[in-house]
Amino acid sequence: MEKTTNQRAWFLVLPVLILVAFSSIIPMMTVVNYSFQDSFGGNEFFWVGLEWYRELLRSERLWDALGRQLMFSSIILLIEIPLGILVALAMPKKGWLASLCLVLIALPLLIPYNVVGMIWQVFARSDIGLLGRVVTDLGFSYNYTQDAVDAWVTVVAMDVWHWTSLVSLLCYAGVRSIPSAYYQAAEIDQASRWSVFRFIELPKMRGVLIIAVLLRFMDSFMIYTEPFVLTGGGPGNATTFLSIDLVKMALGQFDLGPAAAFSLMYFLVILLVSYVFYTVMIASDKAEAGQ
Amino acid sequence: MASITLQNLAHSYAPNPQGEADFALKEVNLKWGDGEAYALLGPSGCGKTTLLNIMSGLLTPTRGRVLFDERDVTAAPTAERNIAQVFQFPVVYDTMSVRENLAFPLRNRGVDAGIIAARVDRIADMIGLTPLLGKKAQGLGADLKQKISLGRGMVRDDVNAILFDEPLTVIDPHLKWELRTQLKALHREFGHTMVYVTHDQTEALTFADKVVVMNEGRVLQIGTPQELFETPAHRFVGYFIGSPGMNFLPATIDGAFASIGGERVDLGKSYGSLEGAVEIGIRPEFVKLTSSNGLPLEINRIQDAGRQKFVNGNVFGAEVNIVMDASEAIDAGMTRLAIEPAKISVFQDGWRVEPKGAE
Repeated sequence: MEKTTNQRAWFLVLPVLILVAFSSIIPMMTVVNYSFQDSFGGNEFFWVGLEWYRELLRSERLWDALGRQLMFSSIILLIEIPLGILVALAMPKKGWLASLCLVLIALPLLIPYNVVGMIWQVFARSDIGLLGRVVTDLGFSYNYTQDAVDAWVTVVAMDVWHWTSLVSLLCYAGVRSIPSAYYQAAEIDQASRWSVFRFIELPKMRGVLIIAVLLRFMDSFMIYTEPFVLTGGGPGNATTFLSIDLVKMALGQFDLGPAAAFSLMYFLVILLVSYVFYTVMIASDKAEAGQ
Repeated sequence: MASITLQNLAHSYAPNPQGEADFALKEVNLKWGDGEAYALLGPSGCGKTTLLNIMSGLLTPTRGRVLFDERDVTAAPTAERNIAQVFQFPVVYDTMSVRENLAFPLRNRGVDAGIIAARVDRIADMIGLTPLLGKKAQGLGADLKQKISLGRGMVRDDVNAILFDEPLTVIDPHLKWELRTQLKALHREFGHTMVYVTHDQTEALTFADKVVVMNEGRVLQIGTPQELFETPAHRFVGYFIGSPGMNFLPATIDGAFASIGGERVDLGKSYGSLEGAVEIGIRPEFVKLTSSNGLPLEINRIQDAGRQKFVNGNVFGAEVNIVMDASEAIDAGMTRLAIEPAKISVFQDGWRVEPKGAE
């Protein structure tokens, strides 16, 4: 059969192209544009080439923020993934109790980010906050506005409180999709509880776990609102993560050029890490299947 | 190995069963002989899987007892019963190799590594998995996965019985025959007690020495394939076994004669006089299309299946099927149905009635 060529079909794609152009491509290119220029008041711009990139790569400030960011993402992944799996396995499988658990678990996910920050800011205050007060009265010295470690513990606790639910819900869906015959076969094979987890539940959760790790990595790597409300990046620069630093640079100091270069590198790092992670997971998935 | 006895067994999924209707499995008394191959045959939802799960200990019965030989295991967990079960959908441990899958039940029981290796090699050889031992179980086809499931059961030398819950449902048709034949050979070689649940009569009749037919939670008949075919104990058995199933004609019985729509049929044996809903049953293979004597038949359609012809018609409003040889000719004048008296079964309220003494 002869293929007919009809170039008019491109018109049908046009609305999407326009939409995407205005929503992402043009704003993104503006940022790219800024990153090669220096600006002064009165909208004067000068071409500086790769100067901002060179400067940023040499700046300790950026590397410190990146280090803190990586540490934060690692810590919350190490806590939230195992904890989320545990919660999912402990949840009832059916009945009204299961529905109740699902609603309760989903609640933290429905709270706006800055409200989460506010809740914890008050909750953890050592003078009036319930948590801070209790910890202080138990004889620990705790003040997240003064002590860097305390600030970290609080930010991590807040993130775990806010996002473990997401991991749990994903894992719960994974566990629920396992046919009961698997559990019955395991019972007949006299598998221990650990073996059931290791050889049945974990392999069946693999798919959702990949998604959970990816989502939690990207989100935690871009975290801004909650620590900004809670600690404002302090004490000192202790909880100044990449995005907080970026906002300080772009809006606080109004250094548009360096900030633009910063955000582009930031974006590339997230893209790169996610891509590598996804590729490795998919590749090992294929190897597992013996294909 | 052991025989399995079910005493007054009944099961309900309702927490507080009231009447008969609440029971998925009505009262059952059964004895599975040591080393025999049984099929549990019935339509979907008739309680056969429930019965199987009670035997393997995955379910605790509402009433009654389960005995392995003389030992009461009603409350014993699955692990203590030494039962192997193969499920409808193949269960394999995806992340393990075929070898690890087969070794898994033995490892869990703390068997010595040397013995495990020897047993796994032997079982793999028997069921033809030896070339695949090193492969991951995940990428294999449904038939091979089902073999692994079976192998995990057979690898244990303490197995009392192997239970199959519709194991060939997801297997390609051309492999079904091969697997069933292999299963039969394994049974002959090792003599495990085997119980095979299915809704497919061909599977049941070719696999088992004895077939247990169930319907609506009740065991209707236990017998050899031949007994089920020739002397069905309940009209459901007659209808369910055979293709097409048995023909039923409402009748009144007086001694050795049946009256069907006013026509007299000689039964050859005396049944006395029967009350209630009385029918005579006759298999499509034992009725003939004739032009002279017999019951008047209204023919609906004739299908030629090559080796056989299937005739469908009505006798006094009751549907009748006839199976005849393809070589037999049919002409327009053949509008009568002749019945072989010796092959007639008489049913009262659904259950078979035996004749009163000899002819």
